[in-house]
Amino acid sequence: MNLRLILKLAAVAGILTAISLWMGQVAYSWLPPPASAEAVLVDGLFSLMTAIGTFIFCGVVGTVIYSALFQRAGKYDESDGPPIEGNLTLEVVWTAIPIVLVIWIAAASYRVYDQMSILGPMEHIHMGMGEAIAAPMDMAQGMPETAGLEPEAIEVHARQWVWEFYYPEANVTSTELHLPKDRRIKLALTSEDVLHGFYIPAFRVKQDVIPGRDIDFEFTPILEGKYRLRDSQYSGTYFAAMQADVVVESPDAYQQWLATAAKSPLKPGLNPSYDEYQRTGGDDHRPGWKTVPPAPAPMVNYVGS
Amino acid sequence: MTNISIDALAPERQEPSPGEPENWWRFFTFSTDHKVIGIQYIVTAFVFFLIGGFLAMVMRGELITPEADLVDRTVYNALFTMHGTLMLFMWTFPVLNGLSNYLVPLQIGARDMAFPRLNAVAFWLVPIFGVILMASFLVPGGPSQSGWWAYPPVSLQNPTGNLINGQALWLVAVALSGVSSIMGAVNIVTTIVRMRAPGMTFFKMPVFCWTVMAAQIIQLFGLPALTAGAVMLLFDLMVGTSFFDPAKGGDPVLYQHFFWFYSHPAVYVIMLPIFGVFSELFPVYARKPLFGYKVVAVSSFIITGLSGIVWVHHMFASGTPGWMRMLFMFTTMTISVPTGIKVFAWVATIWGGKLKLNTAMLFALGGMTMFVFAGITGIMLASTPVDIHVNNTYFVVGHFHYVLYGSMTMGMFAALYHWFPKMTGRMYYEGLGKLHFVLAFVGTNLNFLPMHPAGLMGMPRRVASYDPEFAFWNVLASLGGFLLGVSTLPFLLNMISSWVQGEKAPANPWRAIGLEWMVASPPPHENFDEIPTVIAEPYGYGKNEPLTAQQAALQQLASTEVA
Repeated sequence: MNLRLILKLAAVAGILTAISLWMGQVAYSWLPPPASAEAVLVDGLFSLMTAIGTFIFCGVVGTVIYSALFQRAGKYDESDGPPIEGNLTLEVVWTAIPIVLVIWIAAASYRVYDQMSILGPMEHIHMGMGEAIAAPMDMAQGMPETAGLEPEAIEVHARQWVWEFYYPEANVTSTELHLPKDRRIKLALTSEDVLHGFYIPAFRVKQDVIPGRDIDFEFTPILEGKYRLRDSQYSGTYFAAMQADVVVESPDAYQQWLATAAKSPLKPGLNPSYDEYQRTGGDDHRPGWKTVPPAPAPMVNYVGS
Repeated sequence: MTNISIDALAPERQEPSPGEPENWWRFFTFSTDHKVIGIQYIVTAFVFFLIGGFLAMVMRGELITPEADLVDRTVYNALFTMHGTLMLFMWTFPVLNGLSNYLVPLQIGARDMAFPRLNAVAFWLVPIFGVILMASFLVPGGPSQSGWWAYPPVSLQNPTGNLINGQALWLVAVALSGVSSIMGAVNIVTTIVRMRAPGMTFFKMPVFCWTVMAAQIIQLFGLPALTAGAVMLLFDLMVGTSFFDPAKGGDPVLYQHFFWFYSHPAVYVIMLPIFGVFSELFPVYARKPLFGYKVVAVSSFIITGLSGIVWVHHMFASGTPGWMRMLFMFTTMTISVPTGIKVFAWVATIWGGKLKLNTAMLFALGGMTMFVFAGITGIMLASTPVDIHVNNTYFVVGHFHYVLYGSMTMGMFAALYHWFPKMTGRMYYEGLGKLHFVLAFVGTNLNFLPMHPAGLMGMPRRVASYDPEFAFWNVLASLGGFLLGVSTLPFLLNMISSWVQGEKAPANPWRAIGLEWMVASPPPHENFDEIPTVIAEPYGYGKNEPLTAQQAALQQLASTEVA
């Protein structure tokens, strides 16, 4: 290899690196503002992979575009290209590079996953009633608690197609999920009918809710605001409408909300799917095909908006 | 199962081979000719591709606004279920089986497949389960609305209470599809192992045959799991067993294992032959040998092996323990190594060549670049923490449409254009072909690229309505979807008109090296008058060496005459 070629390659690599680093930074803007401790970790990982991916994509596609533009055969050129059948050095290099990259990305992902698990196990299945499901590795055991407090325990009940939240300590039910900021949240996820998916994009957390199992799920909100909880595991006709608001507020405001809600009488909660079902004609007059009817609105202390 | 010469079989053969290609009616018969069956598969699959594409355009019409307003939610759910099912079971698998059927015997120098009658039975099951699937639009309650995964318990809910319902018909169709594909796989693998021409060792075999064999072996080990899962779900639905119904003590997650144990490797059943197509086309249109032929060939089998141990990455958000998440994250990422080797080898094949950018080459280049993009988002999805965020969002939908349309379907178009003269004996119209490419390439990116930001923002897949924050990306995607619909028109026009009245094709219009290019276009009934003896590796571009002993003899004759 002569010096000129090396310099050329180095210049190309430099430009690619600059573009890749820039894309890695831009990647943060494609995601909603990180509102949980987990989200910060996931976003960093995503940024890293975007940067690496950009480098590979531009390298490969740039080479192909260069060939397509400048290495075309002339109109009447019927000759063949150079009969190069391979190059051992090159092949070893381009086998080794993906191996190194895979190990790098896998290690980075493992580290992030491990940190997320220290913050709270991503998922923990209870030994169900008489069910012989082996308990998975409980990474939370013996791990330090955030802020030295017991996690705030909330029950999440999913049914076709409404989310219902129950705060056992305050004996409050709600169709809007209120969470205290900077406090570990421990959800007990249950479903009465089919698979649902608990997904708050702003928190980057997701967990299927599986009928017949109680699944514990932990995370830590860090940013006050109003977010959206969506069903992420397809659950039937009104799947798209199975959403709820998530409100992260200061611990004081949260306690206040609990206290006020506890004193409020029970009333029908939010239930967009049931409302739509009734509005469009109910059992007999709905357009389209027959559906499982939505569950009626749960009776809750706090309805939400 | 041997390559007996034509003469030995002469008394049994009623139809004479000359003139036979003029008889269009043979495409509607129970023909055992692999070339007829190949075209039967391809055309049947394409009809279902158009139906599936039409369903997709209705879906994009619904999604152009945030509200569920164009069709009822039940209809939307049926649309995406049937779109996915048709595109996978009625388009990708049959069309690839068609291409493999057509090309493999020609490329390995065989007169037909190992089991011609089994071949015909496997094909004729396709329209049968296709009709069963489409018939579900007519039963009360409509077609299956549980997505193409048919996860229980949603798939077991059966709101009409009828025994014959859309979901039951769906399951019967999928089980039959499994049976048909297993028949096809047995046939293709046997053909490649047993019926290669003399001299064609594995390392003289074209990469397309390598990849087809690697893909069909996946069918053999994977499909039994899916087919069994489908039959068990059918029993749960119709007989009242409780394999997967949690209300009766069944385990819905077990179904997911059955389903993905096959359906992830299925991605490689789909992609491997397209890798084969790329490996065939780049040398022809770059006029260079395939770079690192042996490594490219062998890496197909590394992909096959790895594909069997990655399925849990579809279930990172299901009830999956941490060790499983980490293990399958790593195995999934390792697939990028053999795949990367192939991509780099293609780039090196193109580099420094004498490129001819006709329609086939444009589709191959476009398909490869979009595959690189899909591969990068694929690694992101393999990483558990990122996957937990984007799992079941439009990010995934964008990713796999880059695989299935951007790479597989574009690669398939490349193959159809490239081998069209061989199959029909006619040349296609280059101008219409290029128009098709431009519309398809722009349409694909406009349709599927905006799905990535929508997914990163948190838009779940399979939704009939969505929050207004996602509207911008969905409008773009819908426009792209309609453009893709339009892009099939020049293709159809091109294929039909050039088949009817196109310029007659010579045996080898692309100056390509390969046994299939040494016979007439279209090839005679039993392909080869005399089975060739292969003496060289398949991609001898620029080396001017004969591929077969017969060619060598002819060359020698020519040179002695000159002397």
